[in-house]
Amino acid sequence: MNKQTSSQLGDALASSESTSSAPGLSTDPLCPLSVYDLTVAYHRKPVIWDVGFDLPAGQLIGVVGPNGAGKSTLLKAIMDLIPRASGRVRVFGDTYAHNRKRVGYVPQRESVDWQFPVSALDVVTMGLYDDIGWFFPVRKKHRARALEALDRVGIADLANRQISQLSGGQQQRTFLARALVQDADLYLMDEPFAAVDAATERAIVEILRDLKKREKTAVVIHHDLQTVPEYFDHVILLNMRVVSHGPVSETFTSENLQKTYGGRLTLLDEVTEAMRRREQAL
Amino acid sequence: MIRGSRNTTDSDVSGRSVFSLGCLSNAGSSTLRLLAIACLFLFFAAAPRYAAAADSLADTSATWPTWQQWKRVLSLQDYNTRVVLLGVSVLGAGAGLVGSFTLLRKRALMGDALSHASLPGIAMAFIIASALGRDGKSLGYLLTGATVSGLLGVAAILWIRNKTRLKEDAALGIVLSVFFGAGIALLGIVQQMQYSSAAGLESFIYGKTASMGSNDAKLIIVASAIAIVVCLGLFKELKILCFDEAFAGSRGFPIVWLDIVLMSMVVLITIVGLQAVGLILMIALMVIPAAAARFWTHELWRMSVYSVVIGTVGCVLGAVLSAVFPNLPSGAMIVLVCSFFFFLSMMFGTARGVVIRTYRRRRLNRRIARQHLLRAMYEHLEPNTIGAGVKSSRFESKAAVTVSELLPMRSWGWGRLLPTIRAAQEDELLRFTDDNVFFTRSGFVEAARLTRQHRLWEMYLIAYADVAPGLVDRGADDIEHVLGPEIVDQLEDLLEEQKMTVEIPESPHGIGVPESAGPQPGGSTS
Repeated sequence: MNKQTSSQLGDALASSESTSSAPGLSTDPLCPLSVYDLTVAYHRKPVIWDVGFDLPAGQLIGVVGPNGAGKSTLLKAIMDLIPRASGRVRVFGDTYAHNRKRVGYVPQRESVDWQFPVSALDVVTMGLYDDIGWFFPVRKKHRARALEALDRVGIADLANRQISQLSGGQQQRTFLARALVQDADLYLMDEPFAAVDAATERAIVEILRDLKKREKTAVVIHHDLQTVPEYFDHVILLNMRVVSHGPVSETFTSENLQKTYGGRLTLLDEVTEAMRRREQAL
Repeated sequence: MIRGSRNTTDSDVSGRSVFSLGCLSNAGSSTLRLLAIACLFLFFAAAPRYAAAADSLADTSATWPTWQQWKRVLSLQDYNTRVVLLGVSVLGAGAGLVGSFTLLRKRALMGDALSHASLPGIAMAFIIASALGRDGKSLGYLLTGATVSGLLGVAAILWIRNKTRLKEDAALGIVLSVFFGAGIALLGIVQQMQYSSAAGLESFIYGKTASMGSNDAKLIIVASAIAIVVCLGLFKELKILCFDEAFAGSRGFPIVWLDIVLMSMVVLITIVGLQAVGLILMIALMVIPAAAARFWTHELWRMSVYSVVIGTVGCVLGAVLSAVFPNLPSGAMIVLVCSFFFFLSMMFGTARGVVIRTYRRRRLNRRIARQHLLRAMYEHLEPNTIGAGVKSSRFESKAAVTVSELLPMRSWGWGRLLPTIRAAQEDELLRFTDDNVFFTRSGFVEAARLTRQHRLWEMYLIAYADVAPGLVDRGADDIEHVLGPEIVDQLEDLLEEQKMTVEIPESPHGIGVPESAGPQPGGSTS
């Protein structure tokens, strides 16, 4: 017992975070994602503030909020892709760096140059690069796995096509396959439904449900409010702060949406504005 | 004033310096001459009988070399020639490989800033080394100085970008010109100092392969070998870095370190290439072969191989040209040869070349125009003949559409409609006699297929994409020309599920309505 406490303390020290035990930060290895007190700022402008939540395992979780609410920033901060001003993240009870292999990431489709000289299969194979290891080349078995993943998203016949010759929906499926090929337990998806055709949207929903059936967890940034109750079990309403989070039936209410999306003069905006003025005055 | 009489250590160098200064003093006219000669050479190199023509265009200062001179260079008789050609070919290979990654990482101009920023370092290194009583022209000092100030330049760019709201291009422009200006000023100071053996430093600006000794070649080979080994070893890591930085980061690849490795390769190649290509044009060796290679392939590894080949061949040919026309700086010749390859690639590249793209677009446009014509005829005939139960065998030959009836159906004029009709007639889809257009049997079958496809797509859009029936024609019109047979199959399956007819369905909107309402889709697609 004593030993356990000290090792926890050691862990906390080693990760150079504050030594006090964190209330609300779940170190339960079954909890796929626990975020506590997360704040990220670009230059002097905070993008997300004091964000905290514990996510249930084996659920489909939608992240919803207006443009500029910090949804992508949240995912990136979870994966240590951008520096945080404060806060901690636990993935299956440990740091992201430790459990990286259990997380699959689907970035926004617009974040890359689709003119890049690679085929769809090449892109999917990238999901295995860290498995393959530094300096080692991609081998046949890796390509076979990548092809399997492409088959799961329904575009195995386009494997050798250059990515600029894929439609938007096919590009999105390629990105999805790249995350699926890792066979992760937690998936972080940035707007997978953005600007895709109806067939692709249905295919992605199928894949999400299949993931849930296999007890995986998916955190999906989503922009279409109408489909939230249909697609997700759990929802995080985000506008710089977590406005509300919980099961869709309880959380996804018009009152909460009003708070999330409400006009420019929400309380939150007023506070932000006041803080900004004070900061400038200093 | 410049040619130092005290320069006894290296008479060869002082001779060279006179050359490069000559180039500096009349840079304007020599550039023109150089272009003319390069063009002439590239087109007539195989035919020595044109030598007289070249002679008359280029004045006496750059005469067409004799066969003996060519033979001397091409047969690698001189030890020096062998050294130079080996050096530049390895340099071209290294630059081609590193260049393909920097191009895709969109950091190509960083190399340019780096090479321009190296000039003050070269001058400073010379001054300091000379002041300390060392040989200021020792390549070791000069390249160390070049590296230090080049890196300072890059650091300055990053600093300006991060600390101010200036964008990277502005920061790049400022740093590049300030460092280069400082370098030129320092060179001026060097020339007025007592160390008059400084004459020769200018070869770093324009490049002078002739000054390459075996030690220099060894340096280039070592540097290029390092760059090539690193790029091949980290091929997949650099690939993921260049394609998707965020994803690479999420997989635990250290983006910052990979970027530093890539930039170090750029520094390495740039610095050792300064002497051969010159700092103004070094960027071209990094960018042009890679950009040219991109026109030939959609695969990264092939692109890298092609880039290496183009870089190597370009460097060797450029160095040969520079050797037989001693007035022409090697940097310029190398770049011109590479640009020639680039031009060829841009025009005739099999993956993205201009010619093949134009050809594909033309073919698509013609196909679209033909499909529009066939469908317009079908829809025109539909209400009176096809829809009215007239036997198809009759109206194939009897039912005619006049050109004036077809004209208002789409936004086409006589100028486009008539050639389309004639082309379709040549392929025996139509018969065209005195203003009357008839279907042939195969033409009718094709028109029915197209109309069916168009309507299937329209119904799909209405059923699945919530497009209003009044607007659906337009969306369908844009996409139907690219529907493959497998998609048509899928559409049929889908619509069958919806219990929609899969014969030729009726148009879901009035034929006349969308044609008269709003801008014509035909105009926008063809």
